Amino acid sequence: MSNQPGNKRPPMPPRPPMSRHGGTPVRMKGEKLDIKIIGRIFSLVGAKYKLLMLLVVLCIFLSSLTSIASSLFTGTLIDDYITPMLKSGSSDFAPLLAMLLKMAVIFLVGIVSAFCQQRLMVVISQGVLKQVRDRMFTHMQTLPIKYFDTNSHGDIMSRYTNDTDTLRQMISQSIPQFISSAVTIVSTFVAMLATSIPLTAIVVVCIFVMMTVTGKIAGNSGRFFIKQQQTIGDVNGFVEEMITGQKVIKVFCHEEKAKEDFDRKNEALFENTYSANKFVNILGPINNNMGHLQYVILAIIGCVLAVLSGEGKLSPTSLLFIELGSVVSFLQLSRAFVMPISHISQQLNSVVMAMAGAKRIFEVLDSESEQDEGYVGLVNARYNESGELVETPEHTGFWAWKHPHENGTTTYTELKGEVRFFDVDFGYNEDKIVLHNISLYAEPGQKVAFVGATGAGKTTITNLINRFYDLADGKIRYDGININKIKKADLRRSLGIVLQDTNLFTGTVKDNIRYGNLDATDEEIVEAAKKANAHSFISRLPQGYDTMLTNNGANLSQGQRQLISIARAAVADPPVMILDEATSSIDTRTEALVQRGMDALMKGRTVFVIAHRLSTVMNSDVIMVLEKGVIIERGTHEDLIAKKGKYYQLYTGAFELE
Amino acid sequence: MIKRLSKCIREYKSASLLTPVLVSLEVVMEVLIPYIMGKLIDNGINKGDTAFVIKTGLLLIVLCVLSLLFGAGAGVTAAKASAGFAKNLRRDMFHNVQSFSFANIDKFSTSGLVTRLTTDVTNLQNSYQMIIRIAVRSPAMLVFSLIMAMTVNSRISVIFLCVIPVLALGLGLVVKNAHPIFKRVFKTYDKLNNVVEENLRGIRVVKSFVREKQEEKKFRDVSETIYSDTRRAENIIAFNAPMMQTATYTCILLIAWFSARLIVSSGETQMTTGDLVSVLSYVMQILMNLMMLSMIFVMLTMSKAAGERVCEVLDEKSDLHNGENPVFEVADGSIDFDGVSFAYSKDSANFCLKNVNLHIKSGETVGIIGSTGSSKTTLVQLIARLYDTTQGTVRVGGRDVKEYDLDTLRNAVAMVLQKNVLFSGTISENLRWGKEDATEDEIRKVCELAQAHSFIEEKEEGYNTFIEQGGSNVSGGQKQRLCIARSLLKNPKVLILDDSTSAVDTATDAMIRKGFREYIPETTKIIIAQRIASIEDADKIIVLDDGGVSGFGTHEELLADNEIYREVYFSQKKGGNENE
Repeated sequence: MSNQPGNKRPPMPPRPPMSRHGGTPVRMKGEKLDIKIIGRIFSLVGAKYKLLMLLVVLCIFLSSLTSIASSLFTGTLIDDYITPMLKSGSSDFAPLLAMLLKMAVIFLVGIVSAFCQQRLMVVISQGVLKQVRDRMFTHMQTLPIKYFDTNSHGDIMSRYTNDTDTLRQMISQSIPQFISSAVTIVSTFVAMLATSIPLTAIVVVCIFVMMTVTGKIAGNSGRFFIKQQQTIGDVNGFVEEMITGQKVIKVFCHEEKAKEDFDRKNEALFENTYSANKFVNILGPINNNMGHLQYVILAIIGCVLAVLSGEGKLSPTSLLFIELGSVVSFLQLSRAFVMPISHISQQLNSVVMAMAGAKRIFEVLDSESEQDEGYVGLVNARYNESGELVETPEHTGFWAWKHPHENGTTTYTELKGEVRFFDVDFGYNEDKIVLHNISLYAEPGQKVAFVGATGAGKTTITNLINRFYDLADGKIRYDGININKIKKADLRRSLGIVLQDTNLFTGTVKDNIRYGNLDATDEEIVEAAKKANAHSFISRLPQGYDTMLTNNGANLSQGQRQLISIARAAVADPPVMILDEATSSIDTRTEALVQRGMDALMKGRTVFVIAHRLSTVMNSDVIMVLEKGVIIERGTHEDLIAKKGKYYQLYTGAFELE
Repeated sequence: MIKRLSKCIREYKSASLLTPVLVSLEVVMEVLIPYIMGKLIDNGINKGDTAFVIKTGLLLIVLCVLSLLFGAGAGVTAAKASAGFAKNLRRDMFHNVQSFSFANIDKFSTSGLVTRLTTDVTNLQNSYQMIIRIAVRSPAMLVFSLIMAMTVNSRISVIFLCVIPVLALGLGLVVKNAHPIFKRVFKTYDKLNNVVEENLRGIRVVKSFVREKQEEKKFRDVSETIYSDTRRAENIIAFNAPMMQTATYTCILLIAWFSARLIVSSGETQMTTGDLVSVLSYVMQILMNLMMLSMIFVMLTMSKAAGERVCEVLDEKSDLHNGENPVFEVADGSIDFDGVSFAYSKDSANFCLKNVNLHIKSGETVGIIGSTGSSKTTLVQLIARLYDTTQGTVRVGGRDVKEYDLDTLRNAVAMVLQKNVLFSGTISENLRWGKEDATEDEIRKVCELAQAHSFIEEKEEGYNTFIEQGGSNVSGGQKQRLCIARSLLKNPKVLILDDSTSAVDTATDAMIRKGFREYIPETTKIIIAQRIASIEDADKIIVLDDGGVSGFGTHEELLADNEIYREVYFSQKKGGNENE
């Protein structure tokens, strides 16, 4: 059916071999192709691979020319060689051989450039994908906590795989296809014009019809593809939520209800997938056969003209004049002309998908990073002979804030762990303030506890100290320095945090503890584990400290996970420690042991403790009782008991409510 | 694997079978069309026979329309068959997951199941569509084209008979070399997902420890592996196109040369120029389809991995079943453990529970206390038969739990899990999980009992407040109270609270327990807690130590004769005594 063997790719498969994550859960808001996004995709490619891309264009150009040459070949062969030889009865095959050899050279150039193009495209497309992923991840690390709170994790994850893969298809297939199609279309069009203007006019009309039909169908399928992606997202979300809560479903015998809901969403997905694929699938046969039809029309008209020309009814100068051989060539040309147009139409879907994917990728890249205007840094320090603080490169167990001033001088302030809040207000949304007028003073070496009902704002306070969130009003000073002036990384390095929700990473127990201090020796790790009272259970694990943890330490109990995360903080050996319900799942006996270890570790350092269990906070230097974002009571355990206020109620409630 | 997967075709069997038939018919048309086109040129155009051209042209138009109908028909049925196949796969998997026991659920990771239900299925769907369409089309095209080429001119056709085996060998080599690399790439993809997932979940830890750089390095290592492996695999695949072009061009040149000689020397008696055009068309068709076959082969071998993963879920059989003649009535809330031992993996000698003997009367309140890792959770999960015992029997209402219908048992034994989950939906929708047709009064009553009513009322939309996925917009303590209310709605014979008030302040905790005593005295209440205060007033207290029962008695009894209990009690009580 086709005599154009050149640079053409098979119309199938619809997905390239790499695209394993085919079911792109892309959610698209608009259907319109956004020119800006195409521009940004091109600038991604161009940024690093400008030269390679030029080479690719050159290769595509060469191999497209080869395929055009090959489509002209049949005509030339018949008209210029076989037919004259038949007529003259000559048997001199030398000119034919020469022509074939010349063609062989042209073909060779085509093959080589096709190969180069393929290889270069692999480098470019995979390189761009890697770059996109890396950039996304690097950028993601700079995003504020708020971003992670407000975006579904499954949704972010799919940008690294599904959405990035849509780019792959577009870069490695659609872009080269467009370039080669453009070359083929332009050159065959010129060749067609040269052969016969009236026949070309017919082709133009046919193509117009084809494009209109294709546009209609592609528009339909595009619409359903967008719907399909939306329902995939829906099913994805449902499955994720249900399977996360699978044990709850079991306990409530809710299986049948879950099945029912699932079947409904699954059916909707089926409908949309079916419709989307239906339109894509019929696009091929339609284009193919319209190509055939055009061929037939051209053949009939061409033949009539050729016969008329042959009978001398048309003058050789007439536009309509055509030779029989030229009709044959023209027919080949017309097929070569139609082919790239149907190829482009088949690429339309992947372009639509890529745009949706790229849009989501750019969303991540465009999200605003955490602002860090801090300039005060944390350095290792020691006192020299004259009693001055000086910076040292080695670890001294002694830190100082390095404070550069505008006049070029630098002063050092010893890191003591003094934290002061001055009239701090804060809200996660601007219109809903959750902390009101918080003032507090933590002296170095003090243990400061926050108690109060859930939702009172305890965790929020600690989130402000390490600047996960920024204040609405007031200020926080750390060793007398406004924390906004301290580099975020250094500020956080000076604070050890253990959270209620433990997060362990895939790796050995040892790796997980070492996360707190990458330079820790094995001995230091064991030491930290002993302080956290985790050593004994770790030793009983099958491979001890080398036991692999996967799935957030699923093979450990909740309490054991907390012990490991305490060890992780202990090995970091930070000057200030924040324990946010760090021992909530640990029984009180073990907790007492952990506390003893921690107290030894934190001697002379500031500790903030958040707990429900009053036994955890009783021995604190100062206890803050929070209610609805306001500190309502403060003082030592004894003070507060004597005060007979809220704390007293809480405390006695535990033992005397009966 | 194929047999297992093909069971999911079901109602889409007719569409699945119709597709190859339609495709074959389309192929016949597509082979006939160039053949007749050759005739058109040969007998029509070259001879200037306009009548013949028009006649043949009309025939061609008819064939085109037929081809279009067959092709479009095949497209529609293929879309239906593959989308339907995917739907059934997802359905079967999801339904099977619903029948899983806790032990089955533990086996798969959440993200693993989610990927299987979505991306793996999409992958299979694409392959399936390809099999019923292209995998039929290509070999058919190949065979038909070959036959046609032979019909046109058998001597010339010998040329590509020589080239085909060489090409096939080359394509085979490409597939063979690329496949193992692709397989490796997929595994790395899982790793990439894992790194991103852990980073997202642990972002607070990452930022607190200022480990962004290390995380980036972790990510870059994985992304570098994906890059270099994919590059290697695709570099091999890149040989496909040039190889096929080489073959095509070689054929074209050879055919041109030999045909020209044949045509000229025989004076168009043994071969005509029209024949030449046809043969050249078939060359293209044959080689093109060979190329497609190689691509299909690559894709199929790659979706094999997806198929295996899906089958793992489909073939996973729940290890908990209703006994024969299950009992549908639980008499009362009494619980007995007789010589119960339990290990999570069947072949492990690592027992979490060792020879536990307990007898709990209906309506009693029983507290369980024990150190971290002492198997408190394991113990109570056996009561609702979430796992089967390894040795010994657990009885509820005087009958072995294995004799009950599972739903009956679990409706009678309500469990509030330690790691509890709320689902996206309103508060009342969540609560109705306990009882679908609960009235508003009933809901309000259990919420009052669970001390949840007041905070719900404080919310702007009250019981219609929308809970985000995972309950991220209610605090930990509120979540726990909602979960308790949800379980109470079942009106259970046994209520188990697995550390379910840990985030609730002590006063509220005490009020919840007071409510239990007053309003559901018939229900057996089992409370796991860290706080002595939460269980002090229980009828009996179980002290668990390393999987064994170290003490079982009242607060006073245990205080008198249980060392562990005494230690725990004083560690919590100490501060209080000093000050009173």
